[in-house]
Amino acid sequence: MARYDSVLDLIGDTPMVDVSALSPNDSVRIWMKLEGKNPAGSVKDRVALSLVETAEADGVLVPGKPDQVLIEPSSGNTGIALALVCRLRGYHLKVVLPDNVSPERRQLLDVYGAEVIDSPGSEGSNGAVRLARSLAVDNPEWVFLYQYANPANPAVHYATTGPEILRDCPEITHFVAGLGTTGTIIGVGSYLKEHRHGVKVWAIEPPAGEMVDGLRSLDDGYVPPVFTDADGETLLDRRVVVRPRESIEWTRRLAELGLFVGVSTGAAMAGAVKCAGTVADGEEASIVVVSADDGWKYLSGDVWGGELDDVVDRANRTIYF
Amino acid sequence: MAVTVRIPTVLRSATGGEKAVALEGTTVGDVLAKLVADHPAVKDQVFTDDGTLHKFLNVYVNDDDVRYTGGLETAVAPGDELTLLPAVAGGGL
Repeated sequence: MARYDSVLDLIGDTPMVDVSALSPNDSVRIWMKLEGKNPAGSVKDRVALSLVETAEADGVLVPGKPDQVLIEPSSGNTGIALALVCRLRGYHLKVVLPDNVSPERRQLLDVYGAEVIDSPGSEGSNGAVRLARSLAVDNPEWVFLYQYANPANPAVHYATTGPEILRDCPEITHFVAGLGTTGTIIGVGSYLKEHRHGVKVWAIEPPAGEMVDGLRSLDDGYVPPVFTDADGETLLDRRVVVRPRESIEWTRRLAELGLFVGVSTGAAMAGAVKCAGTVADGEEASIVVVSADDGWKYLSGDVWGGELDDVVDRANRTIYF
Repeated sequence: MAVTVRIPTVLRSATGGEKAVALEGTTVGDVLAKLVADHPAVKDQVFTDDGTLHKFLNVYVNDDDVRYTGGLETAVAPGDELTLLPAVAGGGL
């Protein structure tokens, strides 16, 4: 048994498990990297620690100094991860959270002592980003780490997630991950392309439900600076959209393999299966797909037991990603 | 059989409320040009002044983003589905 001095030392070095039983192609293996094994339960633990440590190194945050406040927009996992890090480092965290995220997210933020500022659910994650930016302008003494634009977000995936994947699956041919801030795909994708010739990077787009895309016109759209700054369009080889129904169907299939993972993992897995389907018969390939979190935060959505149409309908109105 | 174009909520005011329209064409560019011809108000939402796709619009042919499969030159066949989706902030989880 390993022993650790701090909960923060538990972040990273997550396991990978074979999910090839769901591969549509006998010569293609699919490995799932389980980021839900991080201590606050998601891939965002890496990002949160990186954002805070970078800010400390730059002197933006000072450990031990009283009354330091951070603000961050999140649909859940980044907020939860930052709440853990802030509690241990002694910072006060305000999370701007759309009011239609699953209730477990709010409860977890409470566990770690973060303050929640609601943004309108109908405006989706765009609305949370907008509100956090305006609050940060109005309160310049608050520290706004802004995961969507902070290079420390992709940098931690370049420094840790990418090398772990190549160490554990040196034969990797394809990397598949969902898009949110795009930090995972940019950081891991860049690392893999530099260190493993010919690897393909597939991004999975889970569309915002139509009820919650938050747009009055297309000009209200948003592409994270993390993506544009790294010329993400050049880095990616394919970008496919996966709808809520497919996401939930694949989340359920993963449960049949004993994997209790979140809905975004179902979306990523659906993408990995599409990817496997493009490999020629008999050609060996190894796909690594990221599971961003476990299933705990989705239990209230009745994702595993409910009538599929009802679950999909609920997913269209809830922010799961 | 034509190509089905799925219209996002944000563009429906420009298409008379239509959620999906059927159009003929052999490339994505063809089909979108026909969409604009039928619904001129869509033009500024779909294309920039120099004729490229609006930066906040993602176009998918049967779930594949055309920016990675040949852009407006991407071939389409009868029965294909072309989905227009606005680029919005992912949850960032």
